[in-house]
Amino acid sequence: MMDVSIKIENISKSFGKKKVLNGVTLNVNRGESVVIIGQSGCGKSVLLKHLNRLIRPDSGHIYINDQDIAKMQTEELFAIRRKIGMLFQSAALLDSLTVAQNVGLGLKEGWKYSEKEISEIVGDKLEMVGLSGAENMYPSDLSGGMRKRVGLARSISTNPEILLYDEPTTGLDPITSDLINDLMINLREKLNVTSVAVTHDMTSAYKIAGRIVMLYNGKIEYDGTPGQIKNSGNSIVDQFINGRASGPIQVQ
Amino acid sequence: MTNGFLAIGRRAINFITRLGSTFMLLLKAIYYFKDIPRSLGQIFEQCFFIGNKSLSLIIITSIFIGAVSAWQAAYQFKFIGAPLRYLGAAVGKAIVIELSPVLSALVIAGRVGAGIAAEIGAMKVTEQVDALESMAISPIRYLIMPRLFASALMIPLLTVFSAFVAIGGALLVSVLFVDISHETFLLGVKNSFKIFDLVSGLIKSTVFGLIIGVVGCHEGYHAEGGARGVGRATTEAVVISAVMIFIADYIIATILFKV
Ligand SMILES: Nc1ncnc2c1ncn2[C@@H]1O[C@H](COP(=O)(O)OP(=O)(O)O)[C@@H](O)[C@H]1O
Ligand SMILES: [Mg+2]
Repeated sequence: MMDVSIKIENISKSFGKKKVLNGVTLNVNRGESVVIIGQSGCGKSVLLKHLNRLIRPDSGHIYINDQDIAKMQTEELFAIRRKIGMLFQSAALLDSLTVAQNVGLGLKEGWKYSEKEISEIVGDKLEMVGLSGAENMYPSDLSGGMRKRVGLARSISTNPEILLYDEPTTGLDPITSDLINDLMINLREKLNVTSVAVTHDMTSAYKIAGRIVMLYNGKIEYDGTPGQIKNSGNSIVDQFINGRASGPIQVQ
Repeated sequence: MTNGFLAIGRRAINFITRLGSTFMLLLKAIYYFKDIPRSLGQIFEQCFFIGNKSLSLIIITSIFIGAVSAWQAAYQFKFIGAPLRYLGAAVGKAIVIELSPVLSALVIAGRVGAGIAAEIGAMKVTEQVDALESMAISPIRYLIMPRLFASALMIPLLTVFSAFVAIGGALLVSVLFVDISHETFLLGVKNSFKIFDLVSGLIKSTVFGLIIGVVGCHEGYHAEGGARGVGRATTEAVVISAVMIFIADYIIATILFKV
């Protein structure tokens, strides 16, 4: 029997008249690494934000460790969110805080750690992402790649059991991208973290994914291992992973 | 024709919905007042921000508010033939009860309310608010409560300060241009002063502080659509606070002062 960590059951979401998700169903097992691919604007970030209820579905259910998060009250929801780390597409560091304060924010506001413990944990996490010594810099002083790494350090500061990555390597140089890939792999292998990553960087997807899922027209179009997806025989999947302008997918 | 009515109706409904959601935000933020002891750092920071942003503006506007009200009052006094020794009484009361609270609040709404909306709006559209949520930190506790509390605390303080400066401005005009001695003027202010006036001024300005804080936070918190959305939120915050300040001023006056 597989231990299911995240269970997405037939969720739909519209913004105004625009139906972004139209019946998405997906299970993620504990310790598994699932990568969601799909065209820009197809709803990958929207889907990811459903997993810690930054967005609520119009219909359907999301279960984290068998608990339905759609109906939860604030306190319960916060308890679940503490188990989930999220790396945002834009890193979303707080501009007014230093790197160290950003990384330690979740710990500080959880009111359980002393200043000294926080600064030790922050130091460890920054070392993991190769940014020791950047503690007192402000987000505005950092390059895009550095921000992503600070964002990653922040998302793992509370040792979450689930990690959500929104385009962790998009816009980074190949070397920094690979460093982030390695970090994600490490987290899974050493800490058995369950992860869901959204990307359209196929190099990264093949490297980090145990399973690749393609989102298309608000639904899961394909679900398989990196080996399977390369020979899927699905023309939509083929067009996307090989990056061709012409094919069944219409570029909007 | 019917279209016009529909459009007006829709706007009215929008406005009422917005007031309702602003009021809900106020209640939620007040609920987090229980976490004030843990948030003293942020509250202090916000108080400093408000003071720092408005002090010089308050000084300049208050001097002129006082000056013009003394000038206008003297003109009216002469016109109806009232004795000028009552000038201090009339001007002092007007400043403490009405002019300083309302005009300081409007000036601060333009400065601080706009600043709050812009800052929170920018955080909203760059996913920083989502980031707080994802870390199980309530943005209402972390961002909004300290701003609301600081504004409810600082605006009465700034109003008292404004009243002193405005009375100074009025005194200056009276002595220099109206030919009243400063003793006469100040005696008038003093004799007419009632603690109740000060209390009513403070009640007003506390309400105005809550309005400026909550409207700025609400508009910023609901900003959408990049830099343009932030700009819109900022303007809306100032306009809505100003309108609300006038409405609240009237309501409070009818409650406090029976005619
Ligand atoms: N808060 C929102 N309000 C309105 N529309 C939204 C919102 N968030 C996302 N969308 C729309 O949903 C669609 C999917 O967006 P997104 O999930 O960000 O795409 P991507 O796959 O590139 O991450 C886009 O068309 C976007 O405009
Ligand atoms: Mg996205």
